[in-house]
Amino acid sequence: MVVKNKAEGQKIIVLAGNPNVGKSVCFHRLTGQYVDVSNFPGTTMEFCCGKLGNDFLVDTPGVYGLSALNAEEVLVRDAVLSADLVINVVDAVHLDRDLFLTCQLVDMGVPMMVALNMVDELPERGLELDAGVLENRLGVPVVPTVATTGAGIDLLKEQLFRARPGQPDTPVEKILGRYPNLSRSEALLVSEGDAEVAARHGLDPGDEKEKIYAARRNRVNDICAAVLWERGADAAWATRLGHWLIRPVTGIPLLLVTLWLMYELVGVFFAQTVVGYTEGVIMSGYYEPLVRSLLGRVMDLHSPAGVIMAGQFGLLTMAVTYLLGLLLPLVLGFYLVLSLLEDSGYLPRIAILMDRVMGYLGLNGQAVIPVVLGFGCVTMAIITTRLLPGRRERRIATFLLALSVPCSAQLAFVAAILGSLGPGYMFLYGFIIFSIMAGVGTVLDRLLPGSTAPLLLDLPSMRIPRPGNVLLKTWTRTFGFIKEAFPIFLGGALLLSLLRVTGLMEKIQQLLEPLTTGWLFLPRETAGAIIMGFIRRDFGTAGVMEIPMEPLQVFVALVTLTMFVPCIASTLVIFKERGWREGAVMWLLILALAFLGGGLLARVVFFARAISPAVTLPLTALAVTLALAPVVLLSRRRQRVG
Amino acid sequence: MLLDKVKRGDLIKIISIADAGIKQRALRMGIVEGVVLTCAEVIPAGPVVLGKLRQEIAVGRSLARHIDVELLSRAGETIPVATRLKSEVC
Repeated sequence: MVVKNKAEGQKIIVLAGNPNVGKSVCFHRLTGQYVDVSNFPGTTMEFCCGKLGNDFLVDTPGVYGLSALNAEEVLVRDAVLSADLVINVVDAVHLDRDLFLTCQLVDMGVPMMVALNMVDELPERGLELDAGVLENRLGVPVVPTVATTGAGIDLLKEQLFRARPGQPDTPVEKILGRYPNLSRSEALLVSEGDAEVAARHGLDPGDEKEKIYAARRNRVNDICAAVLWERGADAAWATRLGHWLIRPVTGIPLLLVTLWLMYELVGVFFAQTVVGYTEGVIMSGYYEPLVRSLLGRVMDLHSPAGVIMAGQFGLLTMAVTYLLGLLLPLVLGFYLVLSLLEDSGYLPRIAILMDRVMGYLGLNGQAVIPVVLGFGCVTMAIITTRLLPGRRERRIATFLLALSVPCSAQLAFVAAILGSLGPGYMFLYGFIIFSIMAGVGTVLDRLLPGSTAPLLLDLPSMRIPRPGNVLLKTWTRTFGFIKEAFPIFLGGALLLSLLRVTGLMEKIQQLLEPLTTGWLFLPRETAGAIIMGFIRRDFGTAGVMEIPMEPLQVFVALVTLTMFVPCIASTLVIFKERGWREGAVMWLLILALAFLGGGLLARVVFFARAISPAVTLPLTALAVTLALAPVVLLSRRRQRVG
Repeated sequence: MLLDKVKRGDLIKIISIADAGIKQRALRMGIVEGVVLTCAEVIPAGPVVLGKLRQEIAVGRSLARHIDVELLSRAGETIPVATRLKSEVC
């Protein structure tokens, strides 16, 4: 099912385990193939195949059990059913949680072995574990490993031949006798009430789930009591730090410090110092003049072909400069920070701290993770909405990301433009973006049927990120981003140059005049920025820089373009994740909201200036607050009544 | 008493979980009727963080209101040592 062209004698080996136990690191160690690794549950969303000797090794998303509770469980269940051998990766420190899946696999009777991972963390957490007793209790080989350093991995490979079906729980064995025609694994799933597997064999799903689960839980507790001892107190500094991070008194200041450090690293160091050098010196100072002088020898730079190659939107000039001089360092900086956050285990703790606040948006704390990631790249963030528990949450989070969260590339231009206008504009921009998120989130929470799935999250241990993984991950993602963005940038630049050369741009500007000058009070040239915004939002924002406008107009244009439709890559991901119908509705709704919001904002700011030019910005902020308050109050009150 | 009323350091025993869906999700993480847990942290108006062995689990407040618990001991008081189940290998 997972591996299609399997040769004779080749085995399918499936890595299975709870989220965040180190399956992907094991996969990397066993096959040498890199997969995205982080310290929060749910990093692996898709299957990954690699070769282990002559056999296929499959990395799977982490699950707590195999019973079709969500899409990942269905996928992993089918992978396990088609597997010749299962390596169950278990976190030694969190044995009590992990053994539940282990016991289910043992009950299923698939040939398996247990990789007892992270054994190096046991002593400092004050724990002692007897792997020999665990092996006897489960009836399958248990190999202690430390995947991050590679310890025990060779032993794991050597012991693969010893993999065998384990000893099922006694009450389970009795129940399985009822399905003599099925394999043990399928019989178990059917008796646990798996409707899909039952239908494959024309059977009715069993109703023994509660009984089996309760018995299994008891068995896990028994095994834990027999193999794991608390030798001393939890002495790890990480545990204490973990508590400080979620206690509001210490957690909120620490969060602010973290945000400030992120801003200093990405917003100041990468966006200004590094970009100033790569874009300002290397690309504009050396690269572009060189390209122009070389091209000038073979063609006229003012001819249509010359404009396309090296004009304002030149394929060889602007597209390459934006991509390599501007986006490459920015994206690199952002992914670096993100990798550090991910690997430390801090993100789930932010989720806990923010759970209450996110509740107002119809989301639970877990949604903080996609929103934070969205400030880096909205496209990637939309993929991580999969870690949210329900469709309702995924829908709200995707919409908020697409509408109100500016990605790092766009934020860089916004910061550059607003920085020159003054801090007042900067604050107002932040306030408006926040208000849009709060207002739209509250309304969506009210309008969408159902209620927010409450938070239930297991916390990974805090760890010091491994430099090797952080750098490898940063590089893998940055390379992937540039590879994906390159053709889009070239295509966008070509389109814009063509529009300019053929004179179509003039026509579009005329056509859009009612919208730009009539509704948004902006100069007609902004039509170009809007067209660019369809390709990429940061592209559009960059276009604003080139149009002479007064500060208030610049501000209106920036807010409109922040709310504007997501970039092509994000749009495609939204369509893929949410289906084309829902995707199209979202896209059109965002387009309408962006122009509606922009036009209203334009009226408010110019009205405020007419009252008194000195207090334009505070008056605007007041107006936004006044608009937001009834929306929020009404939504929340009607919710309580209804 | 409901889970949202516990305080940091409390030793509690889960009595019942009202919602079937929540029950299933909670069971996977080892929160099941009869199990003894410590309360590692309570975020004011936010989630309750439960500890079991070394695993920490955050339970949202709205979910905590659906879980009935028995208070075994308050923080600072002596914690009764549970007798360890010793069983031999079959």
